[in-house]
Amino acid sequence: MLKVILRSLLLLMVFWGGSAQAALTIEITQGVKGAMPIAIVPFTWEGPSPTAPLDMTKVVTDNLYRSGRFSPLPERDMLARPNDPSKVNFKNWRVLGVENLVIGKVRVAANNQYIVQFVLFDVFRSTQITGQTFHVGKISDLRKTAHQISDVIYEALLDERGAFDTKVAYVTQSQDRSGKPRYSLQVADADGHGPQAVLNSSEPLMSPSWSPDGRKLAYVTFEGGRSSIYTQDVYQGKREKISGFKGINGAPAWSPDGTRMALVLSKDGSPDIYVMNLLNKKLTRLTTSYGIDTEPVWTRGGDAIVFTSDRGGKPQLYQVTLSNRQVKRLTFEGNYNARATLSPDGRMVAMVHGNGNRYQIAVMDLENGAMQVLTDTSLDESPSFAPNGSMIIYATESRNKGVLSAVSVDGRVHQRLVLQEGDAREPVWAPYGK
Amino acid sequence: MNIFRKALILVVPVMFLVGCASAPIDTTDDALTDSASGLNDTSTGGDTWSGNAGSDDSAQITGIQDDSPIGRSELTLSDKSPSNLLNTRVIYFDFDRSKVRAEFTDVIAAHAEYLANNLGAQMKLEGHADERGSREYNIGLGERRGNSIARHLGLQGASRGQLEVVSYGEERPAEMGHDETSWGLNRRVEIIYTREQ
Repeated sequence: MLKVILRSLLLLMVFWGGSAQAALTIEITQGVKGAMPIAIVPFTWEGPSPTAPLDMTKVVTDNLYRSGRFSPLPERDMLARPNDPSKVNFKNWRVLGVENLVIGKVRVAANNQYIVQFVLFDVFRSTQITGQTFHVGKISDLRKTAHQISDVIYEALLDERGAFDTKVAYVTQSQDRSGKPRYSLQVADADGHGPQAVLNSSEPLMSPSWSPDGRKLAYVTFEGGRSSIYTQDVYQGKREKISGFKGINGAPAWSPDGTRMALVLSKDGSPDIYVMNLLNKKLTRLTTSYGIDTEPVWTRGGDAIVFTSDRGGKPQLYQVTLSNRQVKRLTFEGNYNARATLSPDGRMVAMVHGNGNRYQIAVMDLENGAMQVLTDTSLDESPSFAPNGSMIIYATESRNKGVLSAVSVDGRVHQRLVLQEGDAREPVWAPYGK
Repeated sequence: MNIFRKALILVVPVMFLVGCASAPIDTTDDALTDSASGLNDTSTGGDTWSGNAGSDDSAQITGIQDDSPIGRSELTLSDKSPSNLLNTRVIYFDFDRSKVRAEFTDVIAAHAEYLANNLGAQMKLEGHADERGSREYNIGLGERRGNSIARHLGLQGASRGQLEVVSYGEERPAEMGHDETSWGLNRRVEIIYTREQ
């Protein structure tokens, strides 16, 4: 008994803030025709060191470019590099066909704070659209500020909230020196930068799910040779085992108000959907079919759960209402529809859509049932919406590696996030948080 | 196949014996199920087990030991020869299926016989799926395969308390390829004796 506990402790280390490893790089594989031309002039640096501690201009430019909605002007094509509104000559930009212009500067104040200022202009109207000043206490927060600036620009020009200043969690599998598998639960910026392992294990890790405030993750581990579900504070590293029944403990999903957890248990027979009250750990069983019922996701209002079931022979999506446990089938097109995820506005469901040997990401309009396949790969899994609903991140396979990809909800923009070593999978985009 | 015929001859009397001893086995069954369903890591620990053995009803143990000497001498885990069916520890499945293929019925019968003859033996059945489709659905599929083997073992004399099913879905592939050959080798149940006697 003691030996087992000791071994579990040795095999498993929980930490936050450990060394960054295996960075992700994003490449855009397909952009949108007619993306908005924009110029982001290199922010000037006024500080004691010869160069700024972070190239914030590059972070902003890359963010806007990768969204597929903007076409940034290359720096070498710029006719001028103003860093102050009084120095902007709009003719210099109109002649290049640039519609919007961003200028900015970073300086160090007396109290060692960084002061970051930027202004966004409408070139053709010769007017300022918006501008902000940020007071940043630490070098490490400059990147976050660059994401916030990207969000402000995105929202001002597209009238839709940006999702650059958000996080993504995912699972990686690699091998240690002796060739044994090593699983990690990672959290990185939405652009893949700065991944940090919040959990390492020699046993599989699965099904990460964010709490609605973006502070905690629920996940499945196989520590000790059995499945169990934990919740973990991503920032403090504290974790708690919430489910370790005989059989399957799987697919945790936080309710929109954060007080309940939907999960899958097979302790009473076949896998069924349960809801746990997180305060008193009391379980309510929602489904009782003989088939596999799994992968619960909450509807926006928290009054129903969409899930996968093969009660009709093949896996399809169903919805159960919590108040009366009534079940209705949602998908009818294709012989395999599983692993639902709902858009933040609750109007669309994304899923793994399979026909024969191809498994692709598809979205369905919940109002009219129209289905659209978004990807052209064949082993796609685990779709997850960005909190603004613009993109879906998912896992797929490329050149024998598990990679993460993202696609816009209209299917027009495609990105790939490549992990330098090992396989990445099960991405989940964090909510905006509170 | 001589071995199969011999195995069949052996299976018949053993099944009969187990049938006779059903009442005490059922009791043991419950005791074992209780300890196996504990939430913590206690159920497979050697220490815990010896505690249980001490409190066991001696009736079923002596009954089997005395009455089936042939079975015990014929089917042993220590016999590593390829002809020993107990050395087959992986059962393969068809795509999206949990039905046991005919080619594995003799192997399952042999393991069932061993479990029936060695009531102290404990088996973990690890269910696996190929990578296609969603991960949690594949967890369900892996468990269904593990349960399918457990049901066959139970029907042929193993007691439920000897068996534990754990599904790993597609999380622990035996082969890393993304083709039909690899998938066929990944759709499997692995038989693991966590306690041999």
